[in-house]
Amino acid sequence: MARIIVVTSGKGGVGKTTTAAAMAMGLALRGYRTSVVDFDVGLRNLDLIMGCERRVVYDFINVINQEANLRQALIRDKRCDNLYILPASQTRDKEALSKEGVGRVLEELSRDFDYVICDSPAGIEKGAYLAMYYADDAVVVSNPEVSSVRDADRMIGILASKSRRAELGEEPIKEHLLLTRYSPRRVEKGEMLSVDDVLEILALPLLGVIPESQAVLTASNEGLPVVLDEKSDAGQAYRDAVSRYLGEELPHRFIHHEKKGLFGRLFGG
Amino acid sequence: MGLLDYFRTTRPKSAHVAKERLQILVAHERKMQGAPSYLPQMQKELLAVIRKYADVDDDAISIQMEQDDEREILEVNIVLPDDGTGKKFDTGRVQPG
Ligand SMILES: Nc1ncnc2c1ncn2[C@@H]1O[C@H](COP(=O)(O)OP(=O)(O)OP(=O)(O)O)[C@@H](O)[C@H]1O
Ligand SMILES: [Mg+2]
Repeated sequence: MARIIVVTSGKGGVGKTTTAAAMAMGLALRGYRTSVVDFDVGLRNLDLIMGCERRVVYDFINVINQEANLRQALIRDKRCDNLYILPASQTRDKEALSKEGVGRVLEELSRDFDYVICDSPAGIEKGAYLAMYYADDAVVVSNPEVSSVRDADRMIGILASKSRRAELGEEPIKEHLLLTRYSPRRVEKGEMLSVDDVLEILALPLLGVIPESQAVLTASNEGLPVVLDEKSDAGQAYRDAVSRYLGEELPHRFIHHEKKGLFGRLFGG
Repeated sequence: MGLLDYFRTTRPKSAHVAKERLQILVAHERKMQGAPSYLPQMQKELLAVIRKYADVDDDAISIQMEQDDEREILEVNIVLPDDGTGKKFDTGRVQPG
């Protein structure tokens, strides 16, 4: 049986899809059979970030409606044999998702995979609700910024009260906080909430801090999940987050501003 | 105030202000999370009743739901206008259900 992981946030544009792609690739590179499902029906993006947009034939909604089977709809990643992508439909809307249908597809995926990652849409409506409903673990993505932290808190409340696990009175969803687009320089100037500030408010175990990084944009331009860019700060930070998810204890990197010397300033990035 | 003064004054850093605002807001919203959905409607109706007797503003009323293990407490605060008799009334605590 797979662990089902939802990547969620409440607020839009904080880095959920970037994170879902990075975590999926990261887990697959570590040898786990992994699938990643795009719940953003009508606004699909995961296919672009994963670089498989031209190979989409059938989608999640086709499988829910039994117009295609899972085997036909899953796209195998070209760089890693353990990784499969289930794209969202671009022509339908979130109403096409049904609780039973989503449950059926996730159950079938659970039989074949070690991890199923659900890339949630923004908001707290049907798509986001169904993305988290069946989850075992949640990665709550937040930026160090007021509206994002507030929405993350709201989402944490929903995970605790509205999920299948909550309804059945089972052990609650295991929640992790991932702080993304972090700028240590701005934190040190007092212009941005620090890791500690956010942790004090949200009180969740910290899975990782992903720095604001040019590498993320470059990676999405090229359709390569940023973990594949081993030299980049964001790629390394995501690798660390995957290791922590798997139970390793690692110190948090990229949370202090490194002052570059003249040489670094002249020749550094 | 010169430009240099502006930069020198020890204004609270914006991150610090952000944190304080969040702490207050998030605490309030967590309290209201499990609150019954009739609260906003009830707040409106209470306000309508009070308006029969006193001229109060829309924001003169605040309703809070508090929960502990044993009971739920509904706290209604109404600020009456300052027209001589005006005092801050606490209508007290009611336990619904
Ligand atoms: N660590 C980072 N550094 C720089 N840019 C980033 C970082 N993480 C995400 N971004 C950028 O932020 C934007 C939003 O990212 P992404 O699409 O992953 O967010 P999302 O939460 O999935 O959005 P939506 O709510 O619309 O689904 C993208 O342009 C992405 O390149
Ligand atoms: Mg997204």
